[in-house]
Amino acid sequence: MKIKTFMATMVAATLATAVLAQDGMVDELRAPILDKLKDRKVIFVPMSMSFDLPEGWAAVMQGEAERRGYQLDIRDANWSTDTGTRAITQAILEEPDIIVVQNFDVTSYARTLKRAEDQGIHVIQVNMRSAYPTDAFVGADWAGMGEYAANRMIEVCGTSAGGSGKIALVQGPATAAASVYQLNAISEVLKGTDEIEIVSSQTADWDQSKARAITQTVIQQNPDLCGVIGFWDAMDTGTGAAIAESGKDIYLITSGGGNETACQGVENGTFDEVISYDVPGQGRDLNTAISILLQSEVEAGEMEFALYTPNKIITKNSINPTSCWTLDELRK
Amino acid sequence: MSLGQPIAGSARPMRRMSITQEVVVAIAALILFLLFSVTLDNFLSSSNLITLVRNVSVLGMLSLGMGLVVIGRGVDLSLVAIMAVSMTFTIVLANGGWPFSLALVAGLLFAICVGAVTGFLVAYVEIPSIFATLAISAIVYGLGRGVIADLDVNNLPPDLGWFVWLGRGSLFGIPVAIWVFAAMSLVLHLYLKKTGLGRFSYAIGDNLATARITGIPARPVIVLKYVLAAVTAFAAGAVTAASVASMNMRIVNSTMIYDVLLVVVLGGIGLTGGRGGVRNVLVGTVLIGLLLNAMTILDISYTVQNLVKSAVLLAALVVDALLNPRDEQTSQQGDI
Repeated sequence: MKIKTFMATMVAATLATAVLAQDGMVDELRAPILDKLKDRKVIFVPMSMSFDLPEGWAAVMQGEAERRGYQLDIRDANWSTDTGTRAITQAILEEPDIIVVQNFDVTSYARTLKRAEDQGIHVIQVNMRSAYPTDAFVGADWAGMGEYAANRMIEVCGTSAGGSGKIALVQGPATAAASVYQLNAISEVLKGTDEIEIVSSQTADWDQSKARAITQTVIQQNPDLCGVIGFWDAMDTGTGAAIAESGKDIYLITSGGGNETACQGVENGTFDEVISYDVPGQGRDLNTAISILLQSEVEAGEMEFALYTPNKIITKNSINPTSCWTLDELRK
Repeated sequence: MSLGQPIAGSARPMRRMSITQEVVVAIAALILFLLFSVTLDNFLSSSNLITLVRNVSVLGMLSLGMGLVVIGRGVDLSLVAIMAVSMTFTIVLANGGWPFSLALVAGLLFAICVGAVTGFLVAYVEIPSIFATLAISAIVYGLGRGVIADLDVNNLPPDLGWFVWLGRGSLFGIPVAIWVFAAMSLVLHLYLKKTGLGRFSYAIGDNLATARITGIPARPVIVLKYVLAAVTAFAAGAVTAASVASMNMRIVNSTMIYDVLLVVVLGGIGLTGGRGGVRNVLVGTVLIGLLLNAMTILDISYTVQNLVKSAVLLAALVVDALLNPRDEQTSQQGDI
């Protein structure tokens, strides 16, 4: 009897192996997981669908949503916290599974985001964080970027490196996550050294004309200015224009999503270094976060995690054809 | 002050006081100038003064357009939108393969059309200018964002040496942008003071009904006024785009239009119309330039800078109200 059973099992196993070798194996995990993603709803509320970062994220998210069969809606805040707050409030009423938000600053949306979580909606914040933490943050490591930029300034402009030690900061709006976290990190690094002096720290409000005017005045005032840390490449084309106009050799470090304009800026000498937070990579991280939250059974706000984007440094030496991206590529 | 004297008959006793707002602001600017010269290092250097003027030249150009509109009684809140969108239109066409000079002409025509529509709405449909231009501003911005371009920042095509020279070059040691501002000031000054059409603007601004009774073609002159303002906005856009090699439509959402109004009111062009001239715009521009330059040198935060600017605007309005008291005519017609 025992031998019979054993023989039967052996035969069955052999047969099964033979079948496997012929037809492969069913991934037991896949169908239920994909089922969980199907017909779910994600709403994306960017600052404005009119510049490289949200356009890039949306393109990558849209592609994945189509592949997995969930719905991605985009509600444009159009550069207004009021419009944005209304958009999120409206989104809450529609009870989506996830809201993806790009904050203008660290405070404006805080209450609204909390309300979303109270309603059981997962919230992912992208790149620009609110001071109110939600399920997930996906985006640039502002503090890490500030540290890097400050240390580079010590290396390039520090008094012991032969520089004048004088640098200027051109910030975004004073309350934006990009400004506050980066500024704090820069101050922390420079606190411990007298190599570098910040002669000017002004907000240019993400506008290149303002950045140009401020930088021109600062250079005028400090003819031995050695470096500038700008907080966004799109704005810092103005900073770079002022430097070019002055005819001086001033080291400009800026940061951005790594759009082709960043690489053009490095190539034509507007920027010396761009710290890229790689929008296609962030898009993939967003898809990962969305997928995890849709699969998990946890309540909104229960699990808090962050995916900080690894920085990519683009300089004249490191630049290569894959350093930057174009929107057309991402939309393919 | 004979400059602002209306040519049409007016019962309003003008300028009994010898201290006009223009003089007040000029004195304030002088005091600030002396103060900054003493307290701030490098402030008095010729290069800083050039930078100072350079950085407000675009604001000054827009203010010339606004000044022209306000003198003829009215206000144009669409200037910043026209500036940003007409230049964006040019850039988008150029990037689409148009020769740049042709694209510039197309952008200029776009600006002229917008100005003509605004003028028509104000002069013929008789919509108050503040509402007409607010609506036009929103429509133009909407066109820009929805139809003309996908992104708010549009970069100039590369290798436009001659055009970029407008924003970055200099002539006899003075940036070209300042020359453009100076030339526009001169042309506008001559238009206002030496041509019949310019004088008509004062008459219309002072008292529309009287101007019409005396036979002035009021409506066409009003249309022309908005068209000229739109042209100055386009020129300001060209200088901006040449300076930073791109045009940013986001400035339509900024407080820039209020800065423009600030310069005009501060310089002493009363919102009741019929008074002031290019000199007032220059004085207002210089005062704002001084403030911005000094606040940047002093590294004052953006929020505080806005606070200071707003306080200055309020002070200017108070001085305006004191120097140009409301009279029966104003209360009948209302401001603007």
